[in-house]
Amino acid sequence: MDWNWDFTWEILPELLEGLRTTVIATLCGYVIALVLGLVWTLLRRSPSRILNQTVRWVTEFIRSTPLIPQLFFVFYVLPSWGLTIGPLTAGIITLGIHYSTYTAEVYRAGIADVPKGQWEACTAINLPRSRVWLDVILPQAIRRVIPTLGNYLIAMFKDSPMLLVINVSEVLLVAYQEGGRTYQYLEPITVVGVLFVVVSVISSILVRRLERRYATT
Amino acid sequence: MPPPDTTAGSPTPEESGGASTGEGVSTQKSDVAKGGATKGVAATELPRGAAPGIRFEKVVKRFGHNVVLRELDFTVGPGERVTLIGPSGSGKTTILRLLMTLEKLDDGLIWIGDETLWHMKRGDKRVPANQKHLHEMRKQVGMVFQQFNLFPNMNVLRNLTEGPVRVLGLSKDEAVERARGLLDMVGLADKIDAHPSQLSGGQQQRVAIARALAMQPKVLLLDEVTSALDPELVVGVQDLLRDIARQSDLTLLCVTHEMTFARDISDRVLMFDQGQIVEEGPPDQIFGEPSEQRTRDFLQAVLAT
Ligand SMILES: Nc1ncnc2c1ncn2[C@@H]1O[C@H](COP(=O)(O)OP(=O)(O)O)[C@@H](O)[C@H]1O
Ligand SMILES: [Mg+2]
Repeated sequence: MDWNWDFTWEILPELLEGLRTTVIATLCGYVIALVLGLVWTLLRRSPSRILNQTVRWVTEFIRSTPLIPQLFFVFYVLPSWGLTIGPLTAGIITLGIHYSTYTAEVYRAGIADVPKGQWEACTAINLPRSRVWLDVILPQAIRRVIPTLGNYLIAMFKDSPMLLVINVSEVLLVAYQEGGRTYQYLEPITVVGVLFVVVSVISSILVRRLERRYATT
Repeated sequence: MPPPDTTAGSPTPEESGGASTGEGVSTQKSDVAKGGATKGVAATELPRGAAPGIRFEKVVKRFGHNVVLRELDFTVGPGERVTLIGPSGSGKTTILRLLMTLEKLDDGLIWIGDETLWHMKRGDKRVPANQKHLHEMRKQVGMVFQQFNLFPNMNVLRNLTEGPVRVLGLSKDEAVERARGLLDMVGLADKIDAHPSQLSGGQQQRVAIARALAMQPKVLLLDEVTSALDPELVVGVQDLLRDIARQSDLTLLCVTHEMTFARDISDRVLMFDQGQIVEEGPPDQIFGEPSEQRTRDFLQAVLAT
């Protein structure tokens, strides 16, 4: 099998368009995962047992089931209950919720790492609960976990091709369809691999830079 | 540094010290003589006015099956400065932490002035305090920790203004002015923009002292505040605290192993062992001619190190 450069250039624009969708899905999903993960963590610390135990088991369940059945559930099962959403939206929401159960663990570890003395100093100056969290605990906890959270962005990016199972036109699905149309799979699939490497390397460099910036102080 | 001013803007104890209701400890100023003016500390920055006394009444504190305080009774007079000494594990820290509400009380009453810290009045009964009551009571109490516990995500200025702005409701400008005054007093005016990690242990502890004072507490708790410091930094912090103790009307509870410092700073020394007061008296007596064998043993052990 010979590599066909003409074919490569012909399909590249479409693949890049697919990559754009992949990146958008990852970034939007990531924002959801960051926000929702924090919500889970805080709810798990709620004094209400019903609330914190419910959140605990729901997140545990989501974390220990694979992403693909969850995608099917959101895209195919929810509409039968009257909740219809497009494939991309469904993909983003599922990806975000799935990964929020991981970021929740990351936040939890970060909060546990804040020394007990910080809480005690807050009590000693009589700081109200909301301020303890917003001004003292979360800034320190989040700073500690920024590198870990960054790694989850890369992990999500690598998981995002699974969105093809609900027909999101992300880069792998585009490549697969091109291959099916022309019976030439080598070029599209290889280009996808290269594109993933390029984006992953760039994001790794950015994450590393964040890491260095927040490791000090 | 502004000249020491011992009177301006501060009510005399006679004006502000409300009449005691007869319950608890009087809020009237005790007759304990305060030392004369010292150089260094600008007294305007220090909390002035009547400080409440403290009384422990049959206080019980357990950790699991370990009964640390067993019906402990003791009183600290308004404005009195008391040092707690005793072997490690004798419950000194626990006493301060109960006063700062960092540990929960198991039984008994802790009075601050004529109110109970851990209970509120409901009719003629006393019920466990709610968060609001604890919040109100804590306003009178400040604490300085062995490990400083400055907020590392804030610069020095923000460490000092956070409480005054968020808790006392001072305006930003008022809080900054207060912070500047206190930093002047602790000799760190030039570190106002520094982060805690850029400061030495001694400097961090000075900032921590200023942070506690910025809340203008009436009762100040010091738990081995120099024991985490390099030896050459200890004296500076002790000198500062000595000046603060002399020039303020604070009720002071201090845990320390430094006998010279304890002698300088306190009106009275309480010797603890296993959660009980073994012996108490003026520093000269306790350190000079202790009457209990356990005190003598303890002092000998401390001097030996
Ligand atoms: N958080 C805690 N959990 C269990 N035991 C504790 C705790 N804090 C203190 N203790 C116990 O209480 C006793 C008194 O401790 P502490 O008040 O720290 O003594 P001191 O300050 O005089 O050295 C010790 O036996 C210690 O082990
Ligand atoms: Mg101790």
